[in-house]
Amino acid sequence: MKELFMNRSSWQRYWKSLKFSMYCITHPLDGFWDLTHEKRGTYAAANTILILTLIARIAQLRFTSFVFLRVYWEEINIFLYLSSILFPLALFVVGNWALTTLFDGKGRLGQVYMATCYCLVPYPLIQFPLMIFSNFVTVDEAEFYTVINGLSLVWCALLIIAAMGQIHEYSLAKNILFMVASLFAMLVIVFILMLFFSMISQGVAYFISLGKEFLFRL
Amino acid sequence: MKRLLKRIGALALCTVVFAGSTMVTCAKDRSYTYNYDFWEDVQDSPDFYTVGEVYTSKDFGLETRLKAPQGLFVRDNFVYICDTGNNRIIKLEKEGKDKFDVVQIIDEFYGIENNTFSGPTDVAVNAEGEYFIADKGNSRVVKLDKDLNFMLEFVKPDDSTLDEEIVFQPNKLAIDTAGRVYCISTGINKGLIKYENDGTFSGFVGATRVSFDWTDYIQKKLATQAQREKMVSFVPTEYDNIYMDSEGFVYACAGSLDEDALRSESADALRRLNLMGNDILVRNGDFPIYGDLYWGEGGGIKGPSYFADVTALDNKVAICLDKNRGRIFGYDDQGKMMFAFGGNGGIAGYFRQNAAVAIEHIDNELLVLDQLDCSITVFRTTEFGETVYKAMKLFDDGEYDASGEAWTKAMQINGNYDLAYIGIGRSLLRQEKYREAMDYFELKYDEDNYSKAFKQYRKQWVEDHIGVIVVVLVLLFAIPGAIGKVKSIKHEIEIADIFKLQ
Repeated sequence: MKELFMNRSSWQRYWKSLKFSMYCITHPLDGFWDLTHEKRGTYAAANTILILTLIARIAQLRFTSFVFLRVYWEEINIFLYLSSILFPLALFVVGNWALTTLFDGKGRLGQVYMATCYCLVPYPLIQFPLMIFSNFVTVDEAEFYTVINGLSLVWCALLIIAAMGQIHEYSLAKNILFMVASLFAMLVIVFILMLFFSMISQGVAYFISLGKEFLFRL
Repeated sequence: MKRLLKRIGALALCTVVFAGSTMVTCAKDRSYTYNYDFWEDVQDSPDFYTVGEVYTSKDFGLETRLKAPQGLFVRDNFVYICDTGNNRIIKLEKEGKDKFDVVQIIDEFYGIENNTFSGPTDVAVNAEGEYFIADKGNSRVVKLDKDLNFMLEFVKPDDSTLDEEIVFQPNKLAIDTAGRVYCISTGINKGLIKYENDGTFSGFVGATRVSFDWTDYIQKKLATQAQREKMVSFVPTEYDNIYMDSEGFVYACAGSLDEDALRSESADALRRLNLMGNDILVRNGDFPIYGDLYWGEGGGIKGPSYFADVTALDNKVAICLDKNRGRIFGYDDQGKMMFAFGGNGGIAGYFRQNAAVAIEHIDNELLVLDQLDCSITVFRTTEFGETVYKAMKLFDDGEYDASGEAWTKAMQINGNYDLAYIGIGRSLLRQEKYREAMDYFELKYDEDNYSKAFKQYRKQWVEDHIGVIVVVLVLLFAIPGAIGKVKSIKHEIEIADIFKLQ
C-alpha cells in the first residue's frame, strides 16, 4: 500500500488516465475502445470522477442562484440526495453487466463501472462553471442556463451509449437494443429490491412481535 | 407543482430505502389568521382582521327578525340587506364607529300591479340612489328610483340559445356606472347576463372555462351510451357571485368547482372580467387563487374552499368569502395571498358551514352576512393589517421611503410575512438601493424582482469597474499571446544556424 502511494510512476499513471477522460469525452468511440482494450483507464480516475460528480451535485444546492434552484432545506437529506446519483449508477452498472454478459458482451463488471464513470465527466465539467455563471444572470437570460444544463446531461447520455458499444464490442443496433434492455433490467432490479425489503421488514416485524408475545407471556 | 416535486422526490427514495416504515404526521393547532409561504407551508400570523362586533336583528332594532338573508350591498355609509325570507330590503345607515340605524324597510314599491318582492336575493344601488333588486321568485330584476317608483324591469333574456323551459331566477347582480346590469341567474351557465341601461338584453359575457382533458376524452370514447349519459357533462360552471369594483371591472367567483380542475388550474375560483368578458385577474402569486391549499376532511366538511362572495377594496385587494369553512381570504393586486382567517364554529368570527353568504366592505372594514344566524359580523383591521394597507397605499402614491418603513414595521410585527420582505425590497429598488433590495428578494424567492434589481446592480457594477474589466480582458488575451511569442522567438534562436556550435 505504501509503495503504491509513494510510487511516482503510479501517480503518473493515475494522472494520465485522468487526463485521458478528456480525450474520451471528445472522441468517445476511439477513447472508450482504448479505455479498456489499451488499459488506459484506471479505477482511481473513475472513482475521482464519480466523487467530483457527487461534489458537483451537492455544491449545486448551495451555490446555484435561487433563480434556478430553490432548495427546501428542511427536507434535504444529503445521503438520499447523493443516492439519487449512486443508486441509478449502481443499478445501471449491475443491470447492464448482468444482461450483456449473457449476450456476448466483452466488458466485465469493473470495466462497465469504469466506463460509466468516465461518461460522467461532462457533468462536473459543466456544472461547476455553470454554478458560478448562474449567479450572474437574470430571469430573462435563464434560457442559457437551461440549455447548458440540459447539454451536460445529454452529453453524458450519449457518452454512455457510445461507451457501452465499445466496451462490449457491439454493433450500433445491438448496442441500442441492449441500452433499452438495460433500462428494463434496472426496473426489474428495483422491483426485486422492493420485494426483498418489504419481505425482510415483514419478517423482522414477525420476529419482533413473536419476541414481544413471548416476553408478555413470561 | 413544487409541492408535488418535493413529495415525489422524497417518496421515491423513501420507498426504496425505508420500505415498510411508516411516517407519522400530526395535525397542529394553528392561529386564527394564517398565510402560506413560498413553499406553501402554513405560517401562523398575527391577526390581520379581528371581529369588531356581531350585529343581529335585535341590535338593529328590527321588529320582524331577519330570515335567511342572502344579499348585502354597501354604498357610502349605507348598508342594504336583502332579507330574503321576509321579502324585503333593509336599509341601514352606519353612524359613527359601531352603530347601525335602520333608515328604511322596503317591502313594496309603486307604479305597477305586482309591487312586492318574492325572495329577493340581491340588491344594488347606484350613485343616484336608484335600486336594482333581483326579485328571484318573480323572475325579474326591478329598477326603482330613490322614492321607490317603478322604472324598469329586466326579464328573461330573449335569446335563441337559451332553453325555453328554464325559469329565469336572477340570483346576484352588479351594476356599472353607465347603468348596465350584470346578472347571474340560477341554471344559466353561459356567463353573466348583461343588460343595457334601457333594459334590453345585450348578451352573455365571461362564461367560465370548460375543464376537459384527454383522460376525459378517452374515458368518454370507451364508455357505452348508458355510461356516457351518467357522466358529468362538460358544461361551464355557474358563477356564485359578482362584485363591481371601483374601476368598473367585475369580480366573479365560482364555488362549486371540481377538485381536480382547481388543482390543475383549469378552473378559476375567482376571475376579474372586463367589459368584453375577458379574465384580467393578475395571477403572479406562488400558488393559484382558490383559498385553502390543504383541504383535509372532518366534521362533515371536505373539499376545496367555496367562494360564495367576493369584494374588492379600493386598493384592489380582493377579499373572498369561503362559505364551506367560514374563512376569508385576501389577495393583493398581484394575486398574492395577503391573509386568511376564520373557521367553522359558533363564536364571533367563526361561521357555521354554508352560513356566510355575502361579504361587503366599508373602507377597510369587512361586513359578513350570516344567513343561518341572521347576523352581520364586522371585521376591523388590526395594527398589523393597518400597517400593511398603509404600506401598500404609500407605495402606490410613490412615497417609497415611507412605504419601506411601513413594510419594515409590518415585518417586525409578523416576521413570517413574505409580502413585507418583498415590499421592503420593492421600495429599496425604487430608491435605487439595488444590493439591499436583492437580499430581500432572495430571502423570499421573488426571482422577477430580484432579476430587476440584479440587472441594475450588474449594470452599475460594470460601469463602475469598466477600467479594471478592460485591463483584465486585455491582459487575458495579451499574456498568452506574449508568452507564445517569446517561446517562438526562443525556439527560433535555438534552431538558428548562427548560434550553432561549431
